Amino acid sequence: MAENAAAPEVRPLVPHLTLGATRDQDYLSGSKCTKCKAVYVGPRMFCGRCSGAGPFEAIRLSDTGEVYVWSIIHQATPYVKAPYAVAIVDLPEGVAVNTNIEGIEPDPKNLKFGMKVKMFTEKVSEDREGNSYIAYKFRPV
Amino acid sequence: MREVAIIGVSMIKFGRYPDRDFSQLAAQAGLEALKDAGAEMKQVEALYSGNLYATSGSGQRILQQMGQTGIPVVNVANACATGSTAFREAYFAIASGAYDVVMAVGSEQMGKQGLLGSRGDPATSLEGRVGSYMMPAVFGMAGMEHMRAYGTQQEHFALASVKNHFHSTQNPLAQYQKESPLDEVLSGRMIAYPNTLLMCCPTGDGAAAAVLCSMEKARQFTTQPIKIAASVLTSDPFSDRDLTLPDINTLTRNAAKIAYEQAGLGPKDLSQVELHDCFATAELLHYENLGLCGDGEAGKHVASGAPWVGNKIPTKYAEDVAPFVDKTYKPTTTAVVNASGGLLSKGHPLGATGVANIAEIVFHLRGQAGGRQVEGSKVGLAHVIGLCSACTIHIVTK
Ligand SMILES: [Zn+2]
Repeated sequence: MAENAAAPEVRPLVPHLTLGATRDQDYLSGSKCTKCKAVYVGPRMFCGRCSGAGPFEAIRLSDTGEVYVWSIIHQATPYVKAPYAVAIVDLPEGVAVNTNIEGIEPDPKNLKFGMKVKMFTEKVSEDREGNSYIAYKFRPV
Repeated sequence: MREVAIIGVSMIKFGRYPDRDFSQLAAQAGLEALKDAGAEMKQVEALYSGNLYATSGSGQRILQQMGQTGIPVVNVANACATGSTAFREAYFAIASGAYDVVMAVGSEQMGKQGLLGSRGDPATSLEGRVGSYMMPAVFGMAGMEHMRAYGTQQEHFALASVKNHFHSTQNPLAQYQKESPLDEVLSGRMIAYPNTLLMCCPTGDGAAAAVLCSMEKARQFTTQPIKIAASVLTSDPFSDRDLTLPDINTLTRNAAKIAYEQAGLGPKDLSQVELHDCFATAELLHYENLGLCGDGEAGKHVASGAPWVGNKIPTKYAEDVAPFVDKTYKPTTTAVVNASGGLLSKGHPLGATGVANIAEIVFHLRGQAGGRQVEGSKVGLAHVIGLCSACTIHIVTK
């Protein structure tokens, strides 16, 4: 019995990314406190706003939003070539997500406060067991 | 609650000490603070040790160097506010009447790892994949938020770096004591827009200590006891966006409000401020958070000369600063900000920073700050913020 050879999995890099059967079915997930209506990115057990234990309603967050603020990071990392653009993107549900902005040259002149962006996902790495990790990013509409 | 006095302080020069252990750095600071207080180890009734990287037992290891008198030790970790939170615990120990003499010591040995690097398992760590979580990104975007709201320019933020590096030339305890004119700051290597390298604090090793005493007994030790007029700690309140963009503003505003009430003083009464300029963008935001100027006025405030030692732009920088001066802006406060050179030049050994900021103000209140002395300093405010998030404010007076 070849027990040690577990089939490699495709995993989301962050818990608030829900993976579909194909990459175009991936979406950002949130939760809404049914007591105080606070919306969170990702799953929650307790509510930081009303101190309640929910219950929380799972919601699907929009895949389009607006850049609230941005920066351009000039330090190379093992996975992202510097320079690269990052942003806080406001979603229509009233929450915001951290993200990298792709599809533009990372130059201040290409980034605007309030610019409309759309989410996409892609594989960004693989661990020693062969599991792959999917991250979400945004690009200008 | 009893009145609490600072009777002794010290700070070792921040920098790199690869051949020494953090406990040796801390013990040196502790023993110097005792000497400054005219006190001895056997008079210290409790130790409050702030250190982030040494994890548990930092204070006990410091006592192994400084004197194992068997006193109670409390070890504190609270992000960048670690040292100042240890100081605050020491304050409460005296204020409550539990002890008459205690010590707070903050120390850190960071080596070369620092705020700019990415840590954790590279296969699954968010850092380096979703770069907006990294500290330079957070403070870059915090500055961008101010640009978005008020039209602040990169140059305004850079002026805070010019000022603090200018101040540092008179501080022999600073890690770096080198001036950096505006063009040098702006043309430096970009780290995270709008902060260039000289707009980011260096990391390093260091320690600082303070001996606290009840005001009634303070005069047994010193003729110049410094009064702790306010000691405040806040955490970040709920906001819709703060899980993504840490809100460094609201908790500072909340802390400032409480601190001014506790002290019965306001921003106009401050002779000087040591605030948490981990990045140049942060310094300007905190002018507004601490009430040194109105909302949206931070860029005008730094260009007005008000927060510079002497309350004016040095002649040699007048030409560089001129394009950013708003002649219609009249500063309403005269607090000199970061006379020490700030974290940008002094360095930021995490656990040491909060105690060092308070020590710096004590030097000025006693008239011992040499070439960077804020003339006639009577009231100082020390502010520290750590992400995730903790903010301390101490107001100390003559
Ligand atoms: Zn709730």
